[in-house]
Amino acid sequence: MFVLSTVVRDPNTLPPARRSAVIAPLDVAVTALVRDGDTIALEGFTHLIPFAAAHELIRQRRRRLTLVRMTPDVIYDQLIGMGCARRLVFSWGGNPGIGSLHRFRDAVEHGWPEPLELEEHSHAGMANRYAAGASGLPFAVLRGYAGSDLVGQTESIRSIACPFTGESLAAVSALNPDVAVIHAQHADTRGNVQLWGISGVQKEAVLAARRSLVTVEELVDRLEPRPGAVFLPAWAIDYVSVVPGGAHPSYAHGYSERDNDFYLAWDGISREREAFCEWMEANVLAA
Amino acid sequence: MSSRPEPDWTAEEMMTVAAARALCDSAVCFVGIGLPSTASNLAVRLHAPNLVLVYESGTLGAKPEFLPLSIGDGILAETADAVVGVVETFNYWLQPGRIDIGFLAGAQLDRFGNINTTVIGDSYETPRVRLPGAGGAPEIAASCREVLIIMRQSPRTFVERVDFVTSVGYGRGGGERDRHGFVGAGPTMVITDIGVLEPEPKTRELVLRRLHPGVTVEDAVAATGWALVASDDLEQTPPPTALELTTLRELEQTKAGRPTANVS
Repeated sequence: MFVLSTVVRDPNTLPPARRSAVIAPLDVAVTALVRDGDTIALEGFTHLIPFAAAHELIRQRRRRLTLVRMTPDVIYDQLIGMGCARRLVFSWGGNPGIGSLHRFRDAVEHGWPEPLELEEHSHAGMANRYAAGASGLPFAVLRGYAGSDLVGQTESIRSIACPFTGESLAAVSALNPDVAVIHAQHADTRGNVQLWGISGVQKEAVLAARRSLVTVEELVDRLEPRPGAVFLPAWAIDYVSVVPGGAHPSYAHGYSERDNDFYLAWDGISREREAFCEWMEANVLAA
Repeated sequence: MSSRPEPDWTAEEMMTVAAARALCDSAVCFVGIGLPSTASNLAVRLHAPNLVLVYESGTLGAKPEFLPLSIGDGILAETADAVVGVVETFNYWLQPGRIDIGFLAGAQLDRFGNINTTVIGDSYETPRVRLPGAGGAPEIAASCREVLIIMRQSPRTFVERVDFVTSVGYGRGGGERDRHGFVGAGPTMVITDIGVLEPEPKTRELVLRRLHPGVTVEDAVAATGWALVASDDLEQTPPPTALELTTLRELEQTKAGRPTANVS
């Protein structure tokens, strides 16, 4: 005699540790995901930079973070100046089109508010490190860094011989942050995410990370098909938070314009420690 | 000293115009923000309407109606033939040598065209000045078919040896690029506010090839931190034409999409 079993397999029999996005307020998501000492990547290449999430990290006084980002622009200047960072993994640290990041420079040149360790790459190297991390590989191979003094400064750059031709190539270790945070235009009510416009390395960063948070402009019932858009399924994400304007002063294509005036103003706000602290107190901590 | 009237253009304008002239129509150009972006957009409006602008934000074939402030301004994505991710930009488009011209600048440049954008000072750990870092430059310098460098010339910035080699020009000269296996030819022109430097074919040392109007060899030597050699067939850059100047000034007025933006 046979016992009739259910026809369809019970999802609870899937292996554990599968993700499924939880839609939650930003403060709840940040508390759940980020611990002191974590390695965290907030990505967005000029576009869709997750500023609101960074501000929540600052308000929650996260400390000793290893901050990973190709272009640690104003967003990491704020985190570094507020003493959240112990180490920076990056490829270009400036205020785009304007000049220096004064808080980053103060940390490197004078150790204020705390010394900052650097792990420095090129854009190509960082992008490939994320791609390796997203692919579950220990390292990536590229033609890069040859003759550059970066090779002597950065442990995560090595050389490797091509097993087929013997050619010497650069190898960079994979990036697998504890947490990745990105901003996108849309999520649906199940937590599937869609972003479009300049898409940087956000997809790679989320897939490379152990945990992830996506802040979005808007929650929609159904995602519209959009050719060329990046789609991240709910099962590849941990938390989604609805934060309209969460990329300001950067922008969300289709929702807002880049606030170039703010980037210009940041040069003056961030130049001196006191003015910087006052601005952060009034605009981030008290917010 | 000649008694001719002061020119109606600035040295910076001459530099930008000279850089625009170095871009030929239909070339594929990897554009950085600042002077390279201005020069490329100027060339598109003058003699190179089919110049293909690739910004490292992954915008292939961008056709901005105004000068963007950053490499990721929305106008680049809106006008591009395609917007691709950063991994694709560097791996598929730059690395195999598909880009004709790469534009670079830096805080320091040495006599062999090596560029420093990392640190000023003797020590990497405790730099006198911490600069932004490499960005896309090391691979642009290695893999574009040729590299144009655009930089204001002074003995502080044009140095015998850069404090840190971020991006390789010709290393210590001669055939060093070949030993690294680079796809591209390296810097073919250094365009400054004084004139144009080009690598000597054998040694690859940068020599003075062209002077902008009103500048002397002595001025060029005084603005260089190494013993600058003038080429035997030194030429003079033709001054900016009225059309070049008008077009450049109109373009500058549009920076970041607004007529009043004042960005240095």
